[in-house]
Amino acid sequence: MTPPLLEVSGLTKRFGGLVAVKNLGFSIAAGEILGLIGPNGSGKSTAMKLIMGIERANIGSVRLAGREIVSWPTHRIARAGIGLVFQHSRPLHRQTVLENIKLALLPDSLFQLAAERSVDAKARAIGERVGLGAVLDRHPTTLPFADLRRMELAKAIARDPEVVLVDEPFAGLTLAEVESFSALIRSFREEGKAVLLVDHNVKGVAALVDRVLAMYLGERIAEGQADAVMRDETVRRVYLGGAIETHARAIAPEKSGVPLLKVTDLSVFYGKAQALERVALEVHEREFVSVVGLNGAGKTTLFNAISGLVPYAGAIEWRGGALAGKTPAAIARGGIAQCPETRELFGDMSVQENLDLGGQHQPPAERAARLIWLYDLFPILKSRSKQLARTLSGGEQQMLAIARALMMNPSLLILDEPTLGLAPVILEQLSKALERLRETTSITVLLGEQNVTFALPHADRVYVLEHARIIWQGPPDRFAAEAGAGYL
Amino acid sequence: MRIVTALIILLALASLPFWVSAYILAVLTVAYYFGVFAMAWDLLFGFAGEVNFGPTFLIGLGAYSAGLLDNHGVPVWLCVIAGALAAVIGGFVLALPALRLRGPYFGLITLVAVLVLQQVIVIFAGVTGGEIGLTINDVLSVDSGHNYWLALAFLVISGLILYSFSRSAAGLILQACGQDAIEAQALGFNVAKHKLAAFAVSALFSGLAGAMLVFYLGTASVDTVVDISVGVQIIIAAVLGGRRTIVGAAIGAVFLIVAGEILRPLGQLNTFVVSAIALVVILFFPDGLVGYLLRRGERA
Repeated sequence: MTPPLLEVSGLTKRFGGLVAVKNLGFSIAAGEILGLIGPNGSGKSTAMKLIMGIERANIGSVRLAGREIVSWPTHRIARAGIGLVFQHSRPLHRQTVLENIKLALLPDSLFQLAAERSVDAKARAIGERVGLGAVLDRHPTTLPFADLRRMELAKAIARDPEVVLVDEPFAGLTLAEVESFSALIRSFREEGKAVLLVDHNVKGVAALVDRVLAMYLGERIAEGQADAVMRDETVRRVYLGGAIETHARAIAPEKSGVPLLKVTDLSVFYGKAQALERVALEVHEREFVSVVGLNGAGKTTLFNAISGLVPYAGAIEWRGGALAGKTPAAIARGGIAQCPETRELFGDMSVQENLDLGGQHQPPAERAARLIWLYDLFPILKSRSKQLARTLSGGEQQMLAIARALMMNPSLLILDEPTLGLAPVILEQLSKALERLRETTSITVLLGEQNVTFALPHADRVYVLEHARIIWQGPPDRFAAEAGAGYL
Repeated sequence: MRIVTALIILLALASLPFWVSAYILAVLTVAYYFGVFAMAWDLLFGFAGEVNFGPTFLIGLGAYSAGLLDNHGVPVWLCVIAGALAAVIGGFVLALPALRLRGPYFGLITLVAVLVLQQVIVIFAGVTGGEIGLTINDVLSVDSGHNYWLALAFLVISGLILYSFSRSAAGLILQACGQDAIEAQALGFNVAKHKLAAFAVSALFSGLAGAMLVFYLGTASVDTVVDISVGVQIIIAAVLGGRRTIVGAAIGAVFLIVAGEILRPLGQLNTFVVSAIALVVILFFPDGLVGYLLRRGERA
């Protein structure tokens, strides 16, 4: 048994009141691939940044081949032998692909004016290895998305690290590309490198990894062989929510006239990456519709397209009229309020001021009435009404974000990942509030979630979004049987 | 091809003293020093990715150090070297703590530094000449042709050095630090070290140019080498010519100074018209004039 190359123990990181990573420990041996998985907000990306020194750990230890590196600056950790393959990168646009790879081969010197001759040959060889041979002299802006990811991989290879951290290796790639990337990552194992793959679900990396460590809310919940982790009770509960009671109401069929919101053939591209592919979706008046999908599936893009924040192909109709060409502000005034994943609160304003801003377009009497109603719906906000928004806990901030959207008196409320990074007890409160909203008002809700436990109970209908496409739709009680398996 | 064009333009510029008036030479001489200011600024903004709102802090340090030493009888060439050194040291002292700050704070610190320098000069008027300015006893040369050639040579040599630096291996690392500091660190580059070095190089050329300019003008005053508006002009020149091109910055500076002179008959309107042109270029060609031409070349 060879000693582990990378050893992490007792790693903890707090952001204000939020504990992002809690007493995390694992080790990776040379020639081993470990998958670090967890739903969005589980702390896996933070763990990766802590290892790389991009974020500073509060306590804990990271050892590389026995040496403690936890307090080192990032560039020193990189020199010591840890490489990180970024998911998103900003390549040097004025330089060619070859020059971008050469950059990674340069020593950290101020006085080296010309690269050594061997650098050019090395960069070419690495470019060939990752499959960029034909485009070495082109500029990054002219490359397809997969080739940009290849270039990131090439830069990591160029540094010849002993430990390679890969952030979401397959996000945005087609099946064929996933195959060739897997082969490249396997070649790391053959070279005796220790590899850490960070991803959302076990399924994506199962074929590649030797072991899987699953995280939730900053803590380890399971570790072992991929299939064992997939069978693990806790993991199943986190991803699928165990036994879920559903309360679907049959609304859609009777109201079949004109749907409130109708999306047809919706496609969205970010540069070369396709975020949505011919998505179709309907929401009827008073319905509660959940769109379930992992991070990166395209939920936020879908909502942003509806709110007019991203350009798209296809049609979005609101009460039978096209939304294309309307400004985001006009769409919002038309009755669609989005409560974004990032919450977008005004941190330096009080709770009350945030809510007043949401109600700007309401007549004063109406505004006051809604405020009373919302304070009743979220009593905690009333007791915090004078407090600055940024001093609230994550759960309170989420409630405020929802309340602010409701101040606009919307016909359709879009909730994007409201549970992101929240503790279970907060989820319960939020869930109760949504239930009251559903039972006592005529509001229509479109909810995007990766947390199935939260998304299913209130939903009348469910869509499953995966890799930019809707792959399933139906009532929530059939979800576990028909779509749940593909969700781990 | 490009080299031949550059040489022909250079020869044409070098021949100017034989057939244009001393007035035109005087305008161009000042313009060339401004060209060096703008190029040194572009190294920071275009490559290190840091907006230095106070180029005149470095220039002023160079100019006043040189001027004050000259008043104490130090030889001119030594004054110029000392001015450049003063700028590098001052720049270092400023950048060392300021580069630790993130976001817009680096820019704000550089802005405040200019105001502090300006106040120091006014407060110690007995030594510095205060708002009236510091009279310099020596000049680089009394001949306008010689002064012109000196400025042109200085511009060309500075340009060559800064351009080569920007295209070197170290320049590549600097660009990576400026565009994505986290990724540059993950590739093993000490971002602070590279940015600090860029600041020192920028300060060296700013200080040199500032020192030489006062010996040409025969006076050092807050209005010509320290005031915020001078710094703004340098920034506009560099952006106008083209970010991340070095050469563009020099062209932008010459254009701005010459345009200002040509439009001088307009009186008050002069500044307005030049600023309006700059605004239009920045709005519609954010890559600047040279940047725009380069991009068209890349696409073709």
